[in-house]
Amino acid sequence: MTTPLLVILAFILVSTVVGVIGRGRGAMNLERWSVGGRQFGVILVWLLMAGEIYTTFTFLGASGWAYSRGAPSFYILAYGTIGYIISFFLLPPLWRMAKSLGLHTQPDFFLARYNSPALAGLVALIGVVSIVPYLQLQLAGLGLIVHTASGGAIASEVAIIVAFALTCVFVYTSGLQGIAWVAIIKDITMVVVVVIIGIGLPSMYFGSVGQMLSELVRRHPSHLTFPGGTTTMGVGWVISTILLTGVGFYCWPHMFASAFSAKDERTIKRNAVIMPLYQLPILLVFFVGFTALLVMPGLKNPDTALLALVMRSYPAWFAGLVGGAGAVTAMVPASMLLLVASTLTAKNIYRPLRGGAVSEEQLMRASRGFMLLIAVVALILALWSPNELVKLLIFGYDGIAQFFPGIVLGVFVRRITARPVIFGLVAGEAVVVSLIWSGHDPFLGMNAGFVGLLVNALVTLLSATWGQVLNHRKIHDPRPDPIT
Amino acid sequence: MPIRFRLALVPALTPAVALVAGLPFVNRLEPIVFGLPFLLAWILGWVLVTPAFLGLAYLLDRSTSAAEDGDGR
Repeated sequence: MTTPLLVILAFILVSTVVGVIGRGRGAMNLERWSVGGRQFGVILVWLLMAGEIYTTFTFLGASGWAYSRGAPSFYILAYGTIGYIISFFLLPPLWRMAKSLGLHTQPDFFLARYNSPALAGLVALIGVVSIVPYLQLQLAGLGLIVHTASGGAIASEVAIIVAFALTCVFVYTSGLQGIAWVAIIKDITMVVVVVIIGIGLPSMYFGSVGQMLSELVRRHPSHLTFPGGTTTMGVGWVISTILLTGVGFYCWPHMFASAFSAKDERTIKRNAVIMPLYQLPILLVFFVGFTALLVMPGLKNPDTALLALVMRSYPAWFAGLVGGAGAVTAMVPASMLLLVASTLTAKNIYRPLRGGAVSEEQLMRASRGFMLLIAVVALILALWSPNELVKLLIFGYDGIAQFFPGIVLGVFVRRITARPVIFGLVAGEAVVVSLIWSGHDPFLGMNAGFVGLLVNALVTLLSATWGQVLNHRKIHDPRPDPIT
Repeated sequence: MPIRFRLALVPALTPAVALVAGLPFVNRLEPIVFGLPFLLAWILGWVLVTPAFLGLAYLLDRSTSAAEDGDGR
C-alpha cells in the first residue's frame, strides 16, 4: 500500500462519514432519497449544481485532451458559457411551469406539456441510456486514480471494480442530502488543488505559465491551433461541438431538474450571470496537460497525464491529496447520476408500465434495484469497452442534446404537439447512432451529435407545419388557437 | 412574447455569437495576449466578459419587468 493510496482512502472515508452524517435521521423514502425531501436551501441546490460541473471529466479528461489533442480541448472552456446563456432564458419559464404543475423530473415535464406518455417514456429511456457513458466516465476516472496512485500495483480492471464498490456504498449510505454536503468538501479541495498545480507545475519546470506556453509552441507548433494533435477536429468540429454541448448542457435530466428546486426566478437568473466564472479552473487544468506533454511525452493513456505528472513532481502525501480530491470528484457526480437514472427508470418507465398501481415502498425498492442494474452496466462498459473520458461525455451529449427542440418549443411555442417532437427525437437519435456506429463521426467535419440535432430540428419543424396543414384541410379543428 | 424578452436577448447572445462565429478567424497563435496564444485568449476573453453581458441582460430584464409589475406579474 503506497502513501498516496493511503491518503486517498482516508479522504474517501472522511467523505463517506460526512455523507452519512449529512443525510440526517429518519426513515428513507423515494422522495427523500432522490430529491432530498424537496427542502433544499438555495445554497445546497447550487452547490449540487457546481458539484455536477466539476467532475472527473474536468480533472482528468480535460487535462488528457489538452495533452493528446491540444486546441480541440478548448471547446470544454467555451461550452458551459453557451449553456449558462441559454439557461438565463430557458430556466425561468421552466421553473414557473414546474411550480404550477408540480413537476419533479424531466419526463414529468414532457408528460405535462405534451400529454403524451409515449414521449415521456422515450425521454426517460434516452436520458438513462445517455447517463450510462457519463457514469462509465466517472468509474473509469476513479479506476485510473486508484491504479496510478498505487504506482501500477493495482491493475486498472481491479481498480475500476473497487471504484464501482466505493460508489455503490457511498450512494446507498448517503442519498442526495448526504451527497450535497460531500459536494462542498469536493469543490473546495478541487479548486484549491487545481490552482496549486495549474500554476505550480508550469512554474516548477519552465519558470512560468507563459514560458511553458512558448516552449510548447516551439516544440509543437501546431498543438495550440485547430485541429491540434488530431486530423479530424478542425474549426467545424469545434464549433459544432461547442453548439451541441452548450445546447445540451441543461438537457441532462439532472441539470434540467435542478432548476425545479430553486427558490425563485431571480435566483436562477443571478446564478446564470456568475456561473461562467465557474469555467475558469478548466484553463488551469489545460496548463497541467500542456506541461505534462512537455515533461512526460508518450504516455500510453493521456487521461493519466495529470496524475502522473503530480506523482512525479510533488511529495507522496500531496499526490495522495490530489488523488483523493479526484476520487471524490468522481464519486459525487457518479452517485448523483445513479440516483437520477434510477429514479427516472422507476418513476417514469417502471411505474407507467405497471399501470400505476405501485406503492411508494415498491417504487423505492425498484429504484434501488435499478440503481444497481445501471451501475453494473456502466461497470461492464468500463471494463470491456474502455474509451477516452472526453469521448464518453460527448457520446452522452449526442443523446441528450436531442431533447432541445422539444424543450424549447414546449416552453415557448404553445401550438406544438407531441407527434412532431417524437418524430424529430427519433430521427435525431437514429442519425447519431448510425453515424457513430458506421464510423462517420465527425461527419463532413462536424460532430455527429450536431448533425443529428440539425436533422431533429428540421424533422420537428417540417412535421409540425405539415400536421397543421393536414389539420386545416381534413379535421377543421374546432378548438380555438391558444395563441390568439 | 413580452418585449423585455427580446431586449435582454441582445446583450446575452452577444458573447455566445462572437465567441463561436469568431473561431474560424482567430485560429492562430499570434498575437500573444498576456502570454496566451491568440486562439486561447479569444475563448477565455469571451468567457470572462460573459458575466458582464448577462448582468446587463439581467438589469434590462428587471427594469422592464418592474414597469410591468402593475399587471400582477
